[in-house]
Amino acid sequence: MIVRILGGEGQLRVDDTHAELLNGLDSGLERAVEAGDEAGFRSALADLLAQVRTLGEPLADEELVESDALLPSDDATLEEVRAMLTDTAEGLIPG
Amino acid sequence: MSFMKRLKMIFSAKANKALDRAEDPRETLDYSYERQLEMLQKVRRGVADVATSRKRLELQQAQLQQQSDKLETQSRQALGAGREDLAREALTRRSGVQQQQQDLAAQHAALQAEEEKLVLASQRLQAKVDAFRTRKETIKATYTAAEAQTKIGEAFSGISEEMGDVGLAIQRAEDKTQSMQARAGAIDELLASGALDDASGTAKDDITAELERMSSQSDVELELARLKGELGAGKAPDAIEAGGTSDATGAPVAEAAPAEPARTEGDRP
Repeated sequence: MIVRILGGEGQLRVDDTHAELLNGLDSGLERAVEAGDEAGFRSALADLLAQVRTLGEPLADEELVESDALLPSDDATLEEVRAMLTDTAEGLIPG
Repeated sequence: MSFMKRLKMIFSAKANKALDRAEDPRETLDYSYERQLEMLQKVRRGVADVATSRKRLELQQAQLQQQSDKLETQSRQALGAGREDLAREALTRRSGVQQQQQDLAAQHAALQAEEEKLVLASQRLQAKVDAFRTRKETIKATYTAAEAQTKIGEAFSGISEEMGDVGLAIQRAEDKTQSMQARAGAIDELLASGALDDASGTAKDDITAELERMSSQSDVELELARLKGELGAGKAPDAIEAGGTSDATGAPVAEAAPAEPARTEGDRP
């Protein structure tokens, strides 16, 4: 599975054998976002990012592949992530 | 993996929209490549903007450091002159300056992190754009409709996702840079208004003025004392002897010594 960490960090390849572990962390993150629980969101995001970085291998720069999943960057706020999930506006690429 | 995948789907929908796909995928290859090159330019400009802001912060940090050093020197001078009140004032101002310094240090670290991220992102985008160009040429050369659709689809998705993310990273960096520039502008104003004093030393702050006044006052006192000494020496005859016998090194005494006998001799008859 290819995971992209947003904010310019890039993509990592994580072996599917870790799917169960990541799934659990992912559910926790989702619950925190839906509940609007800022502290829970912070720690769940930090945990998930740490696991992905530990288990994953960064992709070579010239590899041109689509990701299977995306994660916000460490400094993303709950507000930003919620906006991302609901925002239907265009113009992701500025200019 | 619902959350991560949901995010991916929303993001892809937007990123792909940004790369308008036409009916014949080959037609869009060159257009897309142009857009990628534009994007690369944008990232590089973003890196340059952040670097400019960082340098401005560094300049201000240096000015504040100068200011802090100056206030410390002033507090020593004031204390040396027995003016504890003035020394306290200088130290109070110094702690205000130090507060600003800490603030700027934190901002500087944040900006530097942002710059490093953008530099890495631009390097990666460059590599991906190069990879896309290679693939684009291959696709064009070996084009068969069905095959090309899939290949182009993959290449597009990969690059548009990358461009979307880099675009977000630039926007974030721009937002941060803007808010920091506003703060940097406020500090420039403070420095210019003299509230933090002008570190370039063109304008005198009140502590410097007071120290200079004290110093010129004590110069006057010294001068007065010297003059009094000279006059006193002229009136007392034993001073002439003292000046002559002790082989004084001080120039004023040496000058006074020959002058005195001339006058006393003239007075005596």
